[in-house]
Amino acid sequence: MTEIHLTGRAASPGLAIGPVAVLTAAVARRTATGDPAREAAALKAAIEAATAELSELIATVRGEVADILEFQVAMLGDDALTEGAYDAISAGIAADHAWRSALDAEIAGYRSAEDEYFRARAADLVDIRDRVLAHLSGAATVANITGGSIIAGDDISPSMFLAADWTRGGAIALAAGSPSSHVAMLARARGAPMVVGLGPLSWNGRPPALALVDGDAGTVIFDPEPETQRLFEHRMAAANAARVAADAGRTEPACTADGRRIAVLINVAAPEELIGLDPAICDGIGLVRTEFLFETSHGLPDEDTQYAVYRRILEWTKERPVTIRTLDAGGDKPIAGLTAESESNPFLGLRGIRLSLARPEVFRVQLRALLRAAVHGPLKVMLPMIAIPSEFDRAAVMLDAEFNALQAEGIACARPPLGIMVEVPAAALRAEYFGAAFYSIGSNDLTQYTMAAARDIGSVADLNDTGDPAVLALIARTVEVGRKRGVEVSLCGDAAAETRLTTALLATGLTTLSVSPIAVARLKAAIAGFRS
Amino acid sequence: MHDANASRATETSVPLTGSAVLVNAVGLHARPSVKLTQCAKGFAAKIELALVADGPWTDAKSPVKVMRVKAPQGATLHFRVTGSDGEAALAAMLALVHDGFGEV
Repeated sequence: MTEIHLTGRAASPGLAIGPVAVLTAAVARRTATGDPAREAAALKAAIEAATAELSELIATVRGEVADILEFQVAMLGDDALTEGAYDAISAGIAADHAWRSALDAEIAGYRSAEDEYFRARAADLVDIRDRVLAHLSGAATVANITGGSIIAGDDISPSMFLAADWTRGGAIALAAGSPSSHVAMLARARGAPMVVGLGPLSWNGRPPALALVDGDAGTVIFDPEPETQRLFEHRMAAANAARVAADAGRTEPACTADGRRIAVLINVAAPEELIGLDPAICDGIGLVRTEFLFETSHGLPDEDTQYAVYRRILEWTKERPVTIRTLDAGGDKPIAGLTAESESNPFLGLRGIRLSLARPEVFRVQLRALLRAAVHGPLKVMLPMIAIPSEFDRAAVMLDAEFNALQAEGIACARPPLGIMVEVPAAALRAEYFGAAFYSIGSNDLTQYTMAAARDIGSVADLNDTGDPAVLALIARTVEVGRKRGVEVSLCGDAAAETRLTTALLATGLTTLSVSPIAVARLKAAIAGFRS
Repeated sequence: MHDANASRATETSVPLTGSAVLVNAVGLHARPSVKLTQCAKGFAAKIELALVADGPWTDAKSPVKVMRVKAPQGATLHFRVTGSDGEAALAAMLALVHDGFGEV
């Protein structure tokens, strides 16, 4: 047995070891009865069982996940979906083949859709197809994945993730997938390590028994040699001990070994992440991504909806500062009906502030909601993808205009400080020319734009290194400008959570770092080990 | 979803028609389709929809068929309704679309 090393992208941090549950193998062979009536009955029973399983699952979830599952139930209950399969069965085709062909035809229709939203629904149809097939073949369904397993497969749906038991450890290793997927978000929230983009998982016909998942480095080792496993278990034990120690100091303020106070803030991608979280673990929220408000199936959010969400977040922090980033759509975050379609290179296209300035009617609504929320706590507003000073100036003029308009209408509001994200090298090189009230370094984009290498292109991923001297020089430059201008500089990209970079980042003079809640304890422990 | 009652009651009626523009951002996709078909099933009338006034017509009680229409934002949805409670059904359909399925 030779161990298999695969490198992908880290989607959720942590180390895990466990037996492998291969998702694609869930569909076992089935022996057809050869009798159309019995085949039809088998399909009917499988559809009913799948529907019952989904209904049970719906009872345990809320919001958008529940909507997607309800959609699946509605589709399964529609004769239009099943009639093709029953027709084929009466012509002598086995139930599983008939069902698969009927669904594959439906799925092909979705995949060929012009609209991204309809294309994305193909995944739901695949989910429906496989759930019924699993019942037809009597194979173990996803609901029966043993807790503590390493789930390996092409991709995993939110319903599958929610069906598995994560209280006993376990991890996810995917051939495809994305760190920005809904499942990656759920995995980070539950502390389940996850690696995506591993490439084709081929085991020469024999699936692996055991896997080691490193959600920090983005690597997976299948069927490790005893020595590899021993070393990994050592690392896990050390990491666990460090986590226990770090968790104990989670609510303590972060200080370096030589007594420098470092502010540790948290990044929030959806307000649900704050549920059950103690605000005492952080010095505030360094980044609220607002894309979640726009990614729903409900259309663009109105002013009151946005205001209610911003206010709720401000109230959670209990007077700690909250930095909310205006919509950062485009690039890898398309939003139907808003972002430009078919750009040859979306990362260099109409995204972030460029899109907001191009769609003032959408931007204005967000600015008004932010101005109204600002009366409920220390809010700061941050503009993404700023490249030149006039972009900042135009946004500032719009913010002031909406502030004046709200005041004229007699609506309670306050004008929050307006800052910029430094993620385009042009902004880092000319930071002093911006009238920004603060700078927040978006290390993910700053790294990819400086190094001209994307994280998700495996062949150049090693170039995408925030620790590269060129990127660190731009960070140090921004920190220096902030010091001279007397405004705060923070860093809110993934690099802040990579403890191997903590020393390099603190050496630039940064005193404020913002990371996902799960990384707070680890970062504070790393900071405590730093001495300048 | 075949509705025998509807077809029996409507054999001789003249269909009612109406249209409304899809205002919700993502068009008639998953959640709006479920909402629309659930609402349609609450009526005995035969309810059909189309992207152009002269069809082809799609059964508005079938989520699978409604999703196949792939109606985008900004599209005009035409309805054709026949049945004893047709007037109420048409009004409900148009209101649902006008209100962006209660989500805009």
